[in-house]
Amino acid sequence: MAKILMKGNDAVIRGAVLSGCRMYFGYPITPASEIAEAAANYIPKVGGTFLQAESEVAAINMVYGAASGGMRVMTASSSPGISLKQEGVSYAAGAELPCVIVDIMRGGPGLGNIAPEQGDYNQIVKGGGHGNYKCPVLAPNSGQEMCDLTRMAFDIAEKYRTPVYVLADGYTGQMMEPVEFGEPLTKFPRQDWAVYGDAVSKHNLISSIYLDPEELEEHNLKLQKKYQEIEKNELRYEEFMLDDTDYVVMGFGIVSRILKTVVEKLREDGMKIGLLRPITLFPFPKGKIADLSERVKKFLVVEMNNGQMVDDVRLAVMGKCPVEFYGRMGGVVPSMTELYEKAKQLADSTN
Amino acid sequence: MASKVLQKANSFYDQYFRNPSADKKMPHYCPGCGHGNVHKFIAEALDDFEVADKTIFISPVGCSVFAYYYFDTGNIQAAHGRAPAVATGIKRAHPHSIVISYQGDGDLAAIGTAEILHAANRGENITVFFINNAIYGMTGGQMAPTTLIEQRTTTSPRGRNPHNEGYPVKVAELISQLQAPVYVERVALFDNKQRAKARIAVRKAIKNQVENLGFSLVEILSPCPSGWKMDPVDSMKWIRDVMLPQFPLGVYKDLTKEVKPYEVPEFAPSAKEIKELIDIVPDSNKKFKKSKVIEKYINPEIKVAGFGGQGVLLLGAALAQAGMLEDYHVSWLPSYGPEMRGGTANCHVNVRNIPVGSPVVSNPTVLIALNRPSLEKFEQDVEKDGLIIFDSSLIDLDVKRKDVEALPLPATQLADKLGNTRTANMITLAAYAAYTGLFSKETLYETLKTAIKRRVLIDINKKAIDVGYEFGLTHRKN
Repeated sequence: MAKILMKGNDAVIRGAVLSGCRMYFGYPITPASEIAEAAANYIPKVGGTFLQAESEVAAINMVYGAASGGMRVMTASSSPGISLKQEGVSYAAGAELPCVIVDIMRGGPGLGNIAPEQGDYNQIVKGGGHGNYKCPVLAPNSGQEMCDLTRMAFDIAEKYRTPVYVLADGYTGQMMEPVEFGEPLTKFPRQDWAVYGDAVSKHNLISSIYLDPEELEEHNLKLQKKYQEIEKNELRYEEFMLDDTDYVVMGFGIVSRILKTVVEKLREDGMKIGLLRPITLFPFPKGKIADLSERVKKFLVVEMNNGQMVDDVRLAVMGKCPVEFYGRMGGVVPSMTELYEKAKQLADSTN
Repeated sequence: MASKVLQKANSFYDQYFRNPSADKKMPHYCPGCGHGNVHKFIAEALDDFEVADKTIFISPVGCSVFAYYYFDTGNIQAAHGRAPAVATGIKRAHPHSIVISYQGDGDLAAIGTAEILHAANRGENITVFFINNAIYGMTGGQMAPTTLIEQRTTTSPRGRNPHNEGYPVKVAELISQLQAPVYVERVALFDNKQRAKARIAVRKAIKNQVENLGFSLVEILSPCPSGWKMDPVDSMKWIRDVMLPQFPLGVYKDLTKEVKPYEVPEFAPSAKEIKELIDIVPDSNKKFKKSKVIEKYINPEIKVAGFGGQGVLLLGAALAQAGMLEDYHVSWLPSYGPEMRGGTANCHVNVRNIPVGSPVVSNPTVLIALNRPSLEKFEQDVEKDGLIIFDSSLIDLDVKRKDVEALPLPATQLADKLGNTRTANMITLAAYAAYTGLFSKETLYETLKTAIKRRVLIDINKKAIDVGYEFGLTHRKN
């Protein structure tokens, strides 16, 4: 099938519909509103439900309700809206409900601004709400991935019965790129745990309450086991020019696109530098980072935040080589030239 | 008849196997509590309408958090106050099901005020049972939104003071003011007569949903002897003598005779239909060979800038579309954030032989400036030996820099001559394509299919492409 030039935010909903998502509950917020608008346009057309909720909190609880019914369901928001949803995500993680949440990050804290930032890394990757849970996090950096990773998010959500995040920034949402679409899913298997409103499913219970501490601990252990499975099976990352590299730059989302150009230019200059881009932020490519740290001279982590992913990189490197951080905040997108200079200095300062 | 009265409803589990307590026969509620009555009315109604199998019961946070111990139906436990939102989600997922949102006063009238109000306002076809006992029972007798003036609770130890805590929230009155709900009634559980009325109200609220009539809410004044620190008998009296004057009983709204049943139509399109419905069938399946690009113009990083309304973003999108048709790697990024408010609109376009790294064009190799502020603002950013194309009919300036190439193009003038000023952007597109050899005219024609949504404007834009292309070819320097 030929490609179509499309905005990342529009590609999200196409990916969702193709994966069988027929329910969307959301609340408008810049810069994620286009996802809600695309959902309002397309999901009812294919026989689904779009509902603009009265609040982010209501939206995520509607998602909780629909997910209880075994439906492929999603919501999308931007940073402050995601903060509001965290209660519901914790409940969904506790009740083991599959759903997809898209976060088109904006500048914070507080009302911040609507420019692209990556300051949600910690709240998304580390759980965010109360309790011992994590969600798989997919971080697209192109229009194609906005579609494909949204689609994949539904599969992962259903396979492991867990909420899954697609974490992107305003640039990836606003950017138009050619996107190729696969075939739509039209048959939806019945989930044996879900509540369908029929005799077969009526003994199913969707709940996150376990009054007895030992029972709750057992439930938590089960969740942790699930997260270990996810770490084993669902890790995805992109390597670019890492084979012979002395220096590794790391970034996710839009930053990784800029870093790729930087690596190309520095390679032209003769510097042995490569890019490691996590596509999944949980699971995180800690094994790959640990391997690299045995043989490279230095890491540079670039984020559009105050240094959040870099903590995870440092944990994986375990002090085996220096890890530098360069961040811009408030919605300032680092320029290619700025990152070129920064990456070039890695060699200057290595003894 | 007698057997029917004595037997437990089928919609209850025989043994409450989910209850961790050793006694699987007794409910967890305190003696004299009203929940048992209401549960019984609900279960009997589900039996009578034969809908237990398709019922989904939403347990709230509060004493009835464990309602799923008892009801032999589908069960979902919801977060505090969110039951109407959860009910909305599951009802929309399975419209044939009977969804019951069972809530206490803290849950419904305090933390979940938004959810109940909007579920009611949307007229969700669900049934809400609202247990009003003027107190937080589960958490140990704190003040509820429904606590009466001067009533003492653990968090209003000197009695509820309207100047500090406001007045009791009257839910039945509130909800009945909305247009969508079809049935709202307040009942009480203090004597047999009232319990019989409550039973009828519960049945009616469920029947309404079975008949797809819409949103029903029954508020039930219910005893909480433990929370009130009274014995069950005094509790009954307290409802009658103290609660009732504040919370008058009765039907607050009943449209069940007026409204028509509403059923959600089902539609499951085929794969082919889905692709058409979500607009992922390309406008064009044609492939175009790459044109012969003049060496110095290969892999352009383009910035297009002008006033909003000049078709700046469209020009950029058409460049990317043309690039895609010729199988280049392309990206298009609109000006975003604070720049958007600066009076000029601009976008960044990459057309590359290899995958596009950064979509951000900070230092363009090609600047297309459609107005004076754009030229002034971005001229300095252009790469050395880069190309600046500007609309010389609107910009009475020359490019100052000597280390870049300038192509003045009277695009607006040429467009006016064609009879449509708005074609200036397509003239510019074509002039750039011809001047650099980046795209063939055929590719640009095909691009119009996607770029120009109004079919009647295709012809004039084709002419614009001819005019621009001609201009570009005749002004080639390389």
